[in-house]
Amino acid sequence: MIATLEQATKLGLREEEFEKIKEILGRTPNFTETAMYSVMWSEHCSYKNSITWLKTLPRDGDKLLVKAGEENAGLVDIGDGWGCVFKIESHNHPSAIEPFQGAATGVGGIHRDIFTMGARPIASLNSLRFGKVDNPKTKWLIKGVVKGIGHYGNCFGVPTVAGEVYYESCYQTNPLVNAMSVGVVRVGETVSATSYGEGNPVFIVGASTGKDGIGGASFASADISENSAEQLPSVQVGDPFEEKKLLEACLEMIPTGALIGMQDMGAAGITCSTSEMSAKGEHGMIIHLDKVPTRQANMKPWEMLLSESQERMLIVVKKGRESEVQTIFDKWDIHCVQIGEVTKDLNLKYYMNGELIADVPAESLVLGGGAPIYERQFTTPAYLAEINKFDINNVAQPADLKEIAYQLIQLPNIASKRWIYEQYDSMVGTGNTQTNEPSDAAIVRVHGTEKVLAMTTDCNSRYVYANPRKGAMIAVSEAARNIVCSGGLPVAITNCLNFGNPYNPEVYYQFVEAIQGMGEACRKFDTPVTGGNVSFYNQSEDGPVYPTPTIGMVGVLENINQKMSLGFKHPGDTIYMLGTNYNDINCSEYLHHIIGESHSPAPHFELEEEYVLQQTVANLISMKLVKSAHDISEGGLFACMLESAMANGLGFNMTTDANLRKDAMLFGEAQSRVVVSVNTDLCALFEAELKGLPFTKLGIVNAHKEICVDGQSWGYISDWKEAYDTALEKLLA
Amino acid sequence: MKFGIIVFPGSNCDRDMMHALRDDLKQEVVMLWHKDRDLSMFTKDDCIVLPGGFSYGDYLRCGALARFSPMMEQVIEFANNGGKVLGVCNGFQILCEAGLLPGVLLQNDHQKFTCKNVYIKGESTENLIGGHVGNKALRIPVAHGEGRYHADAETLKKLQDNKQIVFRYCDEHGEVHINSNPNGAINNIAGICNEGRNVFGMMPHPERATSDVLNNIDGRAILEALTHMN
Repeated sequence: MIATLEQATKLGLREEEFEKIKEILGRTPNFTETAMYSVMWSEHCSYKNSITWLKTLPRDGDKLLVKAGEENAGLVDIGDGWGCVFKIESHNHPSAIEPFQGAATGVGGIHRDIFTMGARPIASLNSLRFGKVDNPKTKWLIKGVVKGIGHYGNCFGVPTVAGEVYYESCYQTNPLVNAMSVGVVRVGETVSATSYGEGNPVFIVGASTGKDGIGGASFASADISENSAEQLPSVQVGDPFEEKKLLEACLEMIPTGALIGMQDMGAAGITCSTSEMSAKGEHGMIIHLDKVPTRQANMKPWEMLLSESQERMLIVVKKGRESEVQTIFDKWDIHCVQIGEVTKDLNLKYYMNGELIADVPAESLVLGGGAPIYERQFTTPAYLAEINKFDINNVAQPADLKEIAYQLIQLPNIASKRWIYEQYDSMVGTGNTQTNEPSDAAIVRVHGTEKVLAMTTDCNSRYVYANPRKGAMIAVSEAARNIVCSGGLPVAITNCLNFGNPYNPEVYYQFVEAIQGMGEACRKFDTPVTGGNVSFYNQSEDGPVYPTPTIGMVGVLENINQKMSLGFKHPGDTIYMLGTNYNDINCSEYLHHIIGESHSPAPHFELEEEYVLQQTVANLISMKLVKSAHDISEGGLFACMLESAMANGLGFNMTTDANLRKDAMLFGEAQSRVVVSVNTDLCALFEAELKGLPFTKLGIVNAHKEICVDGQSWGYISDWKEAYDTALEKLLA
Repeated sequence: MKFGIIVFPGSNCDRDMMHALRDDLKQEVVMLWHKDRDLSMFTKDDCIVLPGGFSYGDYLRCGALARFSPMMEQVIEFANNGGKVLGVCNGFQILCEAGLLPGVLLQNDHQKFTCKNVYIKGESTENLIGGHVGNKALRIPVAHGEGRYHADAETLKKLQDNKQIVFRYCDEHGEVHINSNPNGAINNIAGICNEGRNVFGMMPHPERATSDVLNNIDGRAILEALTHMN
């Protein structure tokens, strides 16, 4: 049965794309083939609207063992014969419809990307965006997403070590759920997602194939609406127990050397894994779909080809070594079924009970092969004019700073995320050092080596909305700053690019500008992009979400003694702020959520200034001249000081600068500033080592557990901590 | 003296327990697969550990399926012959399901999974662990959705009279009260032993608190206790 244009467009293909398929095949495709192209050429799999710009990002570096896009995830050298594999991915649309399963399978999917390369996942991170926290639907989404992330990660046995969560009304209908996994592998023991060697058998391993998630990649490539709930079968269902067994079996199988290649089945399931592996290995495959273990009877071939059932892998094994592989999967009670073999012919031929039902060149389906590439138009968004109208002089200075501070630290974007993170197992694996000594980035040890990894996810999307180029630079810079303040050397990033509809020229402007800013910052910090994920169509009737290019960054510490934590350590230590204070409240939580001004420019930021700051902080930490380091981010200087004080229950005395607006000094979010504490005997040495970097002596750490600002008591740390810790759970109750 | 750690499908604290015992406590450790049925290399001096995790996905009831695994028959026999057995978290649940320890572990009273540091203290010195750790408050992490210990009044009285309660949840000063209870466990019970005082079960994870790198070594004494003779 040949497909019609109407069917093709219904599947999400454009008319010119349907014509292109006809050209490739030299005939009109049948329905099954059309369905395969529709998912493989969706934005989710093909990056057709983004790849031109993604290629401008720095993708090379001394420490990169695999180039961006070459494998399922990035691989960097951390030394001592170890590599680190990491990637971030979105699961926004499924989570909007079915938050528990959507988030759970997002976590499961990203871990599979890591262990399909032969690495053992050792840490999870995430980045979440929801609408206003007092909205009942938001509460439902938060509870579902958090439970889903916890359910999958806790059972799978990988700790969730860090994350970020913001609440803004632009995410009301379209929340963002980005999950990151970090794994480790011995260099040289990785597995490639490739397939070659005529006659080598192809196996499907793991869960059986059902009708869940059919067309999920296409679902992710359209705007979201109230009718999206009808797409429920597009949401996959996760089984972390099956994935845990699959992980152990795969890692046990790799050292046998019987494998040619392996790829997990995520978006577009069997279609994607067979085509990408074949295209990479420059071979074809014959696949017998009737041999695929299924969950329900009478599944149609196209349903099997497009199913996104979770916890499945495609593996290609050296002929004659099938039994070694079979034995390991039998041990773990996992399906391992031969469904086909590798061919010299470059086509993928799918059979059902002996009947050829699809016959397409592998190369024509994939990114870098036949998948289309588009250059989209972009125009400067109209809203930027309104942003530029903002004038700080129109904002009256508050009379009661303490009251403002007290409200500020209870805002959901600033208050403790305890209600969320206590539902995640953050300690399994006994590698996460944050529990008893928090730092700006998560510091995770790697069993079997002295090396320690630093990792973080960052993106203040309000800054990106206000200035896409600068905002994306800030996201990279903040990630690097978090790693530097924790004693690490930033190594590389993965990105999750969440934007609205790319056919909207204003949205595409945000995308192009953000990519350029990100590239510039990544070049400055020598942190190339190892890969990631593009998620367009994050918009609803309310319009697009804030442009949210989430950065996942990984850094390395030579050993645990290099770790720096954020908490004040000893009464009497001197507190300094490194960097420059400005009369700047732009885009701050204070301005946005307390004053109520929704449009203002991005906060002060200069890339060179940031770079010098980070170099100086790294030097001070390596010279052991500081006892704590904590960067100033949301909530400004006061929130930063409070967090340093609460970590060990100590107080502080500070004085404000008479030359600055007090609200700007305490709550402004100008970038490139770090608060450190220093043993008073070492202050002279410390100041000399600053080598001209601007600094402010703020005050001292006190033993009486009190906050004193300009000689006035603001109360006890324990009371502030109680308010900070419980604010979110009160809002969610 | 050596430790044997049983790996069930879905165990996920098995490697943590191995690292704690082998790297931090310098003990000999043997990993055991749940489908095997041979414990002949272990004597009464040795200790078998059932680690935490989600054995069999916890799909029926936590620990309910693991107890039918071939290795569990051997563990039951080993325990009945006086061998030392420790179950942590999911391991504790399995020991209760297998009848080696009395009582059950129910869903937390707040109905959420919870992972955080808590404090526990030894209740009685008349068992191997209690005798070794004394009664100071130990900071040990918990990580469970179903950790609320429960037993009927008669069983509780028996546990109390026989001094089988090993740990109770307390605050950092060692005070036992409702606010120091992370899951609603009856009488703040965090860990118990059998009448023979050779089978121990506890919800908190001592293996997560044995390393200087993690800045917490309060769990060492608990595991060290098991290297001693009963």
